[in-house]
Amino acid sequence: MTVDIQQNFVYVSGLGMVAPGFSDEQQITSILSGETKWQFSELQKLLPTCLPANERRRTTTTIKLAIQVAQLALQMETPLLSPATVFASSDGDFSIVDRICSELCEENKNVSPTQFHNSVHNAPAGYWAIAAKCQLPSTSISAGDATFAAGLLEAMTQVQLTQQPVLFVAYDVPAPFPLDEKRHFEFAFGVAMLLTANAQADSRAQISYIKIDDVAASCCEAKELAAMQNGNPIANSLPLLESIYRGYSKRIFFPYYDQRTLGVEVNHD
Amino acid sequence: MEHSRLQISASTMVNAAGTGKIATLQALQSTKSGLRQCDYPGLDFDTWLGRVDDLESRPVEKILSEYDCRNNRLAKLALDTDDFRQVVEEAKNKYGSERIGVFLGTSTSGIAETEHAYCQRELNGPLPDSYDLIHTHNVASVVSYTRATLGVTGPGICLSTACSSSAKVFAVAQRHIDAGVCDAAIVGGVDSLCLTTLYGFNSLQLVSENPCCPWDAARDGINIGEAAGFALLEPLQDQVAIVLQGYGESSDAYHMSTPHPEGAGARLAMEKALECAGIGKQEVGYINLHGTATPSNDAAEDKAVTALFGKDIPCSSTKGWTGHTLGAAGITEAMIAMLVIEHGFLPSTLNLHEQDKSLELNVLRKNQQATVNYAMSNSFGFGGTNCSLILARS
Repeated sequence: MTVDIQQNFVYVSGLGMVAPGFSDEQQITSILSGETKWQFSELQKLLPTCLPANERRRTTTTIKLAIQVAQLALQMETPLLSPATVFASSDGDFSIVDRICSELCEENKNVSPTQFHNSVHNAPAGYWAIAAKCQLPSTSISAGDATFAAGLLEAMTQVQLTQQPVLFVAYDVPAPFPLDEKRHFEFAFGVAMLLTANAQADSRAQISYIKIDDVAASCCEAKELAAMQNGNPIANSLPLLESIYRGYSKRIFFPYYDQRTLGVEVNHD
Repeated sequence: MEHSRLQISASTMVNAAGTGKIATLQALQSTKSGLRQCDYPGLDFDTWLGRVDDLESRPVEKILSEYDCRNNRLAKLALDTDDFRQVVEEAKNKYGSERIGVFLGTSTSGIAETEHAYCQRELNGPLPDSYDLIHTHNVASVVSYTRATLGVTGPGICLSTACSSSAKVFAVAQRHIDAGVCDAAIVGGVDSLCLTTLYGFNSLQLVSENPCCPWDAARDGINIGEAAGFALLEPLQDQVAIVLQGYGESSDAYHMSTPHPEGAGARLAMEKALECAGIGKQEVGYINLHGTATPSNDAAEDKAVTALFGKDIPCSSTKGWTGHTLGAAGITEAMIAMLVIEHGFLPSTLNLHEQDKSLELNVLRKNQQATVNYAMSNSFGFGGTNCSLILARS
């Protein structure tokens, strides 16, 4: 038996983004559509309102960033109605790794139970499921520098095969010293996309998977954004975001394993 | 959801009970546990561990030495076992290396390297030059290493959803193959001992001082183990084969480190697996329980399985042989479920002396022989992540 896939494309029907210099929807739109130039500013205060205040205090910047972009993509306040989710991050939560590994060098090795359960790669997904009361499947992945492309592909295959929406959330946060010297990100970057099988009133673009190829990775048209692309594995999403906001139909190639690229086609009807 | 039928054409496993499928089967049949009293360097509390021998003296190949760490050594040992590399070579010839995906699970990857690096540095100083974060500690290190050592170049994903990681890889592989992204897939899981999980689980008072005893009245926690397993999935073509009949995934949406008390999320995953497999619950002949031996995990799973299958479904936890191998538990126990189907052999629940009276399931207390056409394997993890797999005879 083979599976008859009705379509190989999905719709981007919701977008959320948090990065330095992208502090609100208006600023995101004007920079990504090419109206204004990106300028560095400190990352905004993260306030994912769907997490209860007492739980928010127990979380970290990484968890807050993931939850905040997820919430932005659904454009909803509590209570949320979340679809199935794919969370993607190259390195997870370096701040917790730093604290646990520092503690393990101490005489009594007092690892905090909260730190430990927050250390799992699927911690943001767990907090999100609790906040959204969502029992649907959730997957948390990494593919190193190929994380954005790998997560997007996993989310797209889910939408295609289930014909149900999937919320794709990608995020990475710089490490503290001394880990930062071994794995350096210039800034924090989070993006979330609600992917749907069918066009919706607020669908922004249609995307389909092409293949893993030897062509060069795509570059943003805006020079400032092109310069950001290598600053965080999730900033590899910028050429896709730019083409969505500018309304360009084009092929986008994301960095993948072995200096190869993973291509998708973006279409605007 | 409609899905194609994928066969498990080859597989390999390494854990404390045995190196390879035959060794593991023999350990199960002879009720010889792989657990032993704590002997991991730097650990200063009592517990039992499912430790794999000799990893210290088995580095990864020189040409890939940047990947050298306990986790990738364990991956290599499994890849070198059960003639797995040879089968992968045949698959590469058949499909092309770029049409084979690699989908692996891990919870802590090579974090032991980071622990060593932190303990080597001077107060507030930098980490040693020799420490290579991206090739060892990064979550996807084992995927990069496996792709490199096997020479496969298709899609690659590392799943990291705590203790369900290497069960969910089967679902990811099925989707990637059905979407036409690849033609075959290597799935698996690798998780190795490290102080982070040992002290982390201990801080939550979930580690037992004694050999873990699932379903026992005296059960008081897990023994942490390490393991690796890999399987080659490809479209059904052989006359006789084990197939991935179905999978079910769900979220508890309840608590970060405690399961839903009624096992609601676990039950949902099992129901979805039955639906995906297109079979009735009466057709399931054996369940390999997640069965970690913590009071709350076993209680929740007992309720979920009893509510769905009744208390007499043949089932057992094999954690008493391997320990809880965390991110490798999914693949390890899926492969035990395959051994059950292949050999008509149902393992007991090791270390179960007196069953907790509040638990209803009649878990197997003695090894049995029985024909099993459909076997289920349960994997549940922190963050409320659940996955049930159904393996079958083709």
